Amino acid sequence: MLLLECPYCGVKAEETELSPGYEAHLKRYGPGSTDEEFEAYMFARKNPKGVHFERWRHTYGCGKWFLAARCTATLEVFGTYPAQVGEPPAEIIEKIKARRPDWKGYK
Amino acid sequence: MRRYSVFAIAREALRYHTGWERAWKSPAPKAAYDAIIVGAGGHGLATAYYLGKNYGITNVAILEKGWLGGGNTGRNTTIIRSNYLQDSSAAIYEKSRSLYETLSQDLNYNVMFSPRGVMMLAQTHHEVRGYMRTAHANALQGVQTEFITPQRVKELCPILNIEGPRYPVLGALWQARGGTGRHDAVAWGYARACSDMGMDIIQQCEVTGVRSEGGKVVGVETTKGYIGTKKLGIVVAGHSGQVAEMAGFRLPVEAVALQALVSEPIKPCMDIVVMANTVHGYMSQSDKGEMVIGGGTDGFNNYTQRGSFHHIEETLRALIETFPIISRLKMLRQWGGIVDMTGDRSPIISKTPLGNCFINCGWGTGGFKAIPGSGWAMAELMAKGEPGPLAAEFDMWRFKEGRFIDESVAAGVAH
Repeated sequence: MLLLECPYCGVKAEETELSPGYEAHLKRYGPGSTDEEFEAYMFARKNPKGVHFERWRHTYGCGKWFLAARCTATLEVFGTYPAQVGEPPAEIIEKIKARRPDWKGYK
Repeated sequence: MRRYSVFAIAREALRYHTGWERAWKSPAPKAAYDAIIVGAGGHGLATAYYLGKNYGITNVAILEKGWLGGGNTGRNTTIIRSNYLQDSSAAIYEKSRSLYETLSQDLNYNVMFSPRGVMMLAQTHHEVRGYMRTAHANALQGVQTEFITPQRVKELCPILNIEGPRYPVLGALWQARGGTGRHDAVAWGYARACSDMGMDIIQQCEVTGVRSEGGKVVGVETTKGYIGTKKLGIVVAGHSGQVAEMAGFRLPVEAVALQALVSEPIKPCMDIVVMANTVHGYMSQSDKGEMVIGGGTDGFNNYTQRGSFHHIEETLRALIETFPIISRLKMLRQWGGIVDMTGDRSPIISKTPLGNCFINCGWGTGGFKAIPGSGWAMAELMAKGEPGPLAAEFDMWRFKEGRFIDESVAAGVAH
């Protein structure tokens, strides 16, 4: 079972207390965008076997959305952080690199 | 290949069973093939089989990183049905179901197809309307299904509690010609037939790269060296995204874990498959007597072939409500498989940006029932270079163009 620490209320919440929200740091596309951009945003989500950045909601807690860096191959959690950022914070990147020296970085 | 028959059994009985040959060979890879299929699960082996049988293409290698049928083919709950709503889904799943009916004879290998009937319970008024609509659609598609009353439900499955306090059974969609099969035997039967046609099944051979020149695949890098090919078929279910990335394109699929479990064996108590989608659980009884139970998917990307404990709890809570007699049953084993989910919950059988590379993926939580039909359609696509009528609608560009095959009934559970 996954345990994620909510960066807002500090609660170490287990999976049943949270709702998954899939890929984080999505650039949103709408009217005026190309078909390719809209398809990539809507359907061709990142699906890595390894380091992944995700949105989670502390549904049965403070109710806030936050982001998590996690490994999809091992379920290891590298860290969680507030959602008001455009890309993963430097400290999270450092934590991932410490654990996954071969990781090619956030794309 | 020596055929399996009653005479073969008699002959071997007289010589202490010393004459049985291996069901399939395990050759070293050749330098190049006319076609390579990545993935020796049910869909990959079926693709190879129909390439040989329907199109005479037998210089084929099937590469498997683990062991034959060790992925989702060996991890599903063996349900076979074709009661889908959309025409293109009903066509390919019904083709598949009808191929299952004669598959044992066709392969000369007993796949134990058991058309025992599949019942999908309607436990809300919304579901009643939905399944009535599906039954009407199936009538137009030539798929035999009917909407039945709660009384008939009770007759067909006496252990079912049709008067549950939360969700009483209001009716059911009944497909009498659906059922179950022996999942491993499907992989083994296809493998034996492929090997007999001279195809090479190469296990423990992981594809690590796809080499292409001028927009065409020329070969694959593997843990057993480079192998050249004129055509490439990617049929790897959960890891489709990884292999597609090696080939240089991104797929509209995400990998999640789906889990199942079986109970201790008990005496025969139900002879059909029951799916209860409102409460999220489905169950049938295996020939060994174990209750085979399907659970839900995790809601997050996941490549670990295990499930989450809380899903087991949810599934069993749903099934105890539906089948009160199982409340004291012990569960024996639990396992997970990685399923590749598309945005519309329908599969992809498609050409790719690389001219001679084809992909068959996205079967999500319901691939086992589709194995023969999927292989049939994929073989046609690979042999002709263009999809036939079964695969035409399942191309990967439908997400860009908004031509979804929306089978939301297939989402997550009960597939």
